[in-house]
This record gives sequence, C-alpha cells and structure tokens, in this order.
Amino acid sequence: MVQKKVVIKNKIGIHTRPAATLVKLAAKYNSEFYIMKDGMEINGKSIIGVMTLAAEQGSTLQLRFDGKDEKVMAKAIVELFDRGMDDV
Amino acid sequence: MYSKTVNNGMITITGVPASPGIVFGKSYCYLKKIIKVDKLSILKNTIPQEIVRLEHAIERSEYELKKIISFAANQVGKTEIKIFEAQILILQDIILLEGIKSRIKNELTNAEAVIDSEFSKYQSIMLNAKDEYLRERAHEVEDIKNRIIRNIQQEKLTSRIDKNVIVVSEALTAGDTILFSRNKILGFATDGGGITSHSTLLARSLQLPAVVGLKDITKNINHGDLLIVDGYDGIVIVRPTDDLIKKYNQEKLRHFEFEDKLKTLRDQPAETLDKHKVILSSNIEFIDEVPVILKQGSQGIGLYRSEGVLISKYSIPTEEEQFIEYDKLAALIAPQKIVIRTFDVGGDKIFFDDIHEENPFLGWRGIRISLDMIDMFKNQLRAILRASSRKNVEIMFPMVSGFEEIIAAKKILSEVKQEFKNKNIQFDENIKIGTVIEVPSAALLAGDLARELDFLSIGTNDLLQFVLAVDRNNEKVSKLFNKFNPGLLRLISQVISQTKLQNKKIAMCGEMAGDPLATILLIGLGLEEFSVIPDILPEIKKIIRSITLAHAKKVAEHALSLLTSIEIQNYLKEELKRIIPDIPLSQ
Repeated sequence: MVQKKVVIKNKIGIHTRPAATLVKLAAKYNSEFYIMKDGMEINGKSIIGVMTLAAEQGSTLQLRFDGKDEKVMAKAIVELFDRGMDDV
Repeated sequence: MYSKTVNNGMITITGVPASPGIVFGKSYCYLKKIIKVDKLSILKNTIPQEIVRLEHAIERSEYELKKIISFAANQVGKTEIKIFEAQILILQDIILLEGIKSRIKNELTNAEAVIDSEFSKYQSIMLNAKDEYLRERAHEVEDIKNRIIRNIQQEKLTSRIDKNVIVVSEALTAGDTILFSRNKILGFATDGGGITSHSTLLARSLQLPAVVGLKDITKNINHGDLLIVDGYDGIVIVRPTDDLIKKYNQEKLRHFEFEDKLKTLRDQPAETLDKHKVILSSNIEFIDEVPVILKQGSQGIGLYRSEGVLISKYSIPTEEEQFIEYDKLAALIAPQKIVIRTFDVGGDKIFFDDIHEENPFLGWRGIRISLDMIDMFKNQLRAILRASSRKNVEIMFPMVSGFEEIIAAKKILSEVKQEFKNKNIQFDENIKIGTVIEVPSAALLAGDLARELDFLSIGTNDLLQFVLAVDRNNEKVSKLFNKFNPGLLRLISQVISQTKLQNKKIAMCGEMAGDPLATILLIGLGLEEFSVIPDILPEIKKIIRSITLAHAKKVAEHALSLLTSIEIQNYLKEELKRIIPDIPLSQ
C-alpha cells in the first residue's frame, strides 16, 4: 500500500472536468485508489465520487493506492495533482 | 427580490427575470413527480435478470442523452452540450455501476431501489455542499437518476406535452428545457434556479421568456390555470384579471409596435434634429443576442459582459475558449465595434467556492481580481487581442477606483502586446482601452483617467448605489434609490465634461442610458454614446431624433438646477411628453 498527501493546486478545485481527467488516468492502472478528505473516503476511479469531494484550491487530500502497480500509479496521480490537474 | 401578493384569487409573484419577453397562456404543471421507488426483495435466481434490466436502462439513458446532444447541437452552443456530456460520464462510471450491481446481488434488492439509494447518497452530499456550483450539479444527478429509474420502469420520457403552454415546474434541468422547446412551449416559470442555472441559459438561447426563483409558484397554480410570464421584469401573474391581461397585451403590443417602428428607424442615424450625431449601441452578455441587436439597428456593442463565458462553463474558460467566443462576436458585429469588459464578477463566481465576503459589493471583484490573478487576466487579454485583428475590438476595465489600477492594467496589457509582437501574432496594436466609471473616486478622477485612456463609460447602476450609499435590495431604503438624484446628476455632468476636456470619448452603459426619461438630459450634458439593452434601443433613438441639441442643453441646465429627485423626474417627464406625446412611458 502507498499513501500520499496532495494539495489541490488548480484554481477551481476539482469540478467536473478535472474530475474526468483524474478518473480517466486512474482507470489506466489496476490498483485500488481511494481519496480521503475531511473524514470522507471515496473511490478515486468513480467520477461521481470525485465530483462530490468539492475539493477546492488549497485543500489537502490523502491518497491511498493498493495493488500491484501501486507505485507507478501513485507517481502518475501525484504528478497530475502537481500539474494542477492539467486544467486551465 | 422575491415577493408575492394575493388578490381575489389572482397571485402575483416576483422572481428573477431569466429570459426576456412576455407570454400569456395556460400553465402546464410539470411537477417532478418523485418517481415512486419501492424497495423489493428479489429471488436469487432473478439476479441476472435484474442486472440486465439495469444495463439496458443505462444503455437506453446513454442513447437518450446522445440524442439530446445531437438535437441540442443544432439549437444551442457547445457549452450547453457539456452538461449532457457530464451526465454521460456519470453513466459510464464503472465504480458506481459495479457498486450498484454488487448491492443488487448481496442485498437481493431490486435495481431501482439500489440506484435510488446510491445516487441519493451523492446527491445529498452535493446538496449540503457550501459550493453553489456543486449544489446546482445535484439537480443533474437527480436528472440522471430519474432517467435511469424511469427507463427501468420503462416509462416514457415526459416529452410529449401540449403545445402553446407555459411550463411551470420546481426546477427544470437542461434536458427538460431542450425537450420542451421541441414542443413549441411559450415560456417557463420555476420555483428554483438562478441566473447561473443551465436551463436559464438555454431559455435565453431558445428565446423563451422565463422567470425563475419564484420559490412557491408550483404551490400556487393548478394545471391549466391562465398565467402571464413577464420575463423583462421577472413577474408571474397567476389567474390574472381581465384588466391585467389587457395591460400586458398593451405592453406586448408596445413591444410589437416598436418592432414595427424599428423597420423605419433601423437604418436612420441616431442624430438630433440639428444633426448632432451620437452612437447608440447595445449591452449584451450572450452571443445569441447579436441577431437581435443587429435587427434593432444597434451601432455595435458598447458593453459585452465577458462573464457570460464564465457562467456557461464549468470552470474558467481557457484562452482558446475565450478567443473562440470573442472572435465569433467580433466577426458577427464587424465592421461595427465591440467593447469587451473584462470579467466583472465576485470571487465566488470565478472559484465557485465558498468565498464569502461581508460586503461583496465593496469587495474583491472586477479589476481587483484581475490584478491579483495576473495569469487569468493575461489569458483574457490574449484572447481579446487575438480577436482584435479586424480592428473593431475595444477593452474596458470594470470597478476601477484609482489611477494606479489603470497604470497597472495598462502595463499588463503592454506586456501581452510585446509577447504577441515577439511571437508575430496579429492583433490591433492601437486597440482602444477604457474603463467603466462606477466608483465615486474614479468619477472624481475622470479627467486624469481619461488622459491615460481612449474612453470612459459611465456605469450608473453601481455608481448610483455607491454615491447614494443605498442598497437597492434593501426595502427599507430602496425608495432613496433614484437615478435622478441631483448629486448623482452633477457628478455625471462633471465626468462627461472632464472627459471631453481631454478630447476622449464618453459613453454610458448603465441603466440610465436606456431610460427614456434621461435621454434628453444626457444629450444635453454632452454624452456621446448610449449603450443600452437592445429592447429599448428604438425608443431612445426616437427621442434623440425628436429633439435639438440646443434644446436638450437647456433642459439639462434646468434639470441640474433642481434640488430633488422628484422635481427632476417630473420635469423630465413633462419635457418628454411635450416632445413625444404618444410615448408609452412605463411607471
């Protein structure tokens, strides 16, 4: 299991479009992927789940990866967050 | 905003005007019947059957949505289609789907009940969010949930409704609006919804009069009741009296008559009897309005509220997206000009987050945000410059309160221009820039600001509120909110003369520019451009063409000598009636 902490960098936070980007990337990997925020845990491969996080700029998310490709997956996902979800 | 009066069975409710126009007709109550979902136990051997029902319903829902998209593509813009695309993404959410399937298997429960419970979980999280944008999304989740359940229950989509009715509903989704528009409905009125809701945007695109934010209209109306929807003033009248119907018919006629008059006025210049020419342009927010203003004979767009591109998107549009919109507008209106006002919204609109300010009117908005968020500002300026190659685009900065903001904004603009030169990107090097005069400190500095700029445009709505220290939405003081306040008029007079002393152009884009009572006065004060809501344009032109500059100057002089709003208003009314006796003045 790999755990990571990320801070939302893109200006509008995670709304529909960034959520779709995240879910599409996550779908490329086999490991399980969970996102935790304010005591709520959602599956990072579910767009509706990611949308409901209402993660705004500056908020911190805990990420958990579990599975065979957890390391590469964690790296790719964390990089996406660092790039501001490739948004704007 | 909201108010309700009941009088002998006639109910008048004021909400938010969402889409202009007046319609009168029978109501069609489209109440979102809560699809009744019974939780049923299923037998183990019927699980596969239940899963197949679920999969078919999802397939069918996706098919319906795609059909709506292809239908919508011909009727509305790309931005609106994104709403449906987001719904398709949800339908393709494997985690969600697998979760539903496994609950059907493990709990031996019927698909509808599981779907209902799963979606409702997300919906309630969204509804409880502080983020307004996310709360709006909850309606779309509701829409998609109902669509799947309805398909499971093999109910037909409620799309075959009577023609020529006014749809009354709690809230309409974008999907509803599109489907209704097929059936030639007259307009709609809803309990919920704000100006940011997608159905509102669609109503405007489809030119259906609409009033939203009526809170309890659905509880005050029966299926088939007559009602009037006044999308100009945001008023809905249920079971109107004959007198009121007559009044609104006259009002409608007034609009029709003016449309007739347009035909004669359209190609005539906005000039006084003594050949003093002014510019009569329009305020717009959406590209759909361009055909209308062209029909009205508008001399370009004096104010384009660029935040229109923000509202119809899920996020801040990219430079490319903005460019496409601005370029389309510039091409449509060419060779006439378009003045693009950079984003004039509060932080809440840009971030869709819970940026709450004690006093947003005096807060972080307009140029203040742009100067704090240089990347966003530069992106917007790039998009505007790229759209300027026809040399008919101008830039206007909102909410300027001081000289240093103009200097800062100009510096950023020149950086972007330099960047374009280095990259050999075509743009109008002499693009005109100006500012809205809406903060008293800026009004007092008008002459100095004008020296740095090409034009000033007086925004009377905010200026009035700031000069008078009156919140127009506060009922206790709203009677003081009068644009004929002598203090305000003197300030406006100063702004006009100071700007002209610098040989710079002076325009007005606030409500006052479109108030027929103010036209003679403003001509007399020397205003050079009136940018008004398209609807009123012919009326203003008619007044301008009925007076002489010399007389208007005398009227302005006398008006400025009066010391109360009421006296000024009465005097201007008398003057106007004298010049055009048959003018249909509202109020």
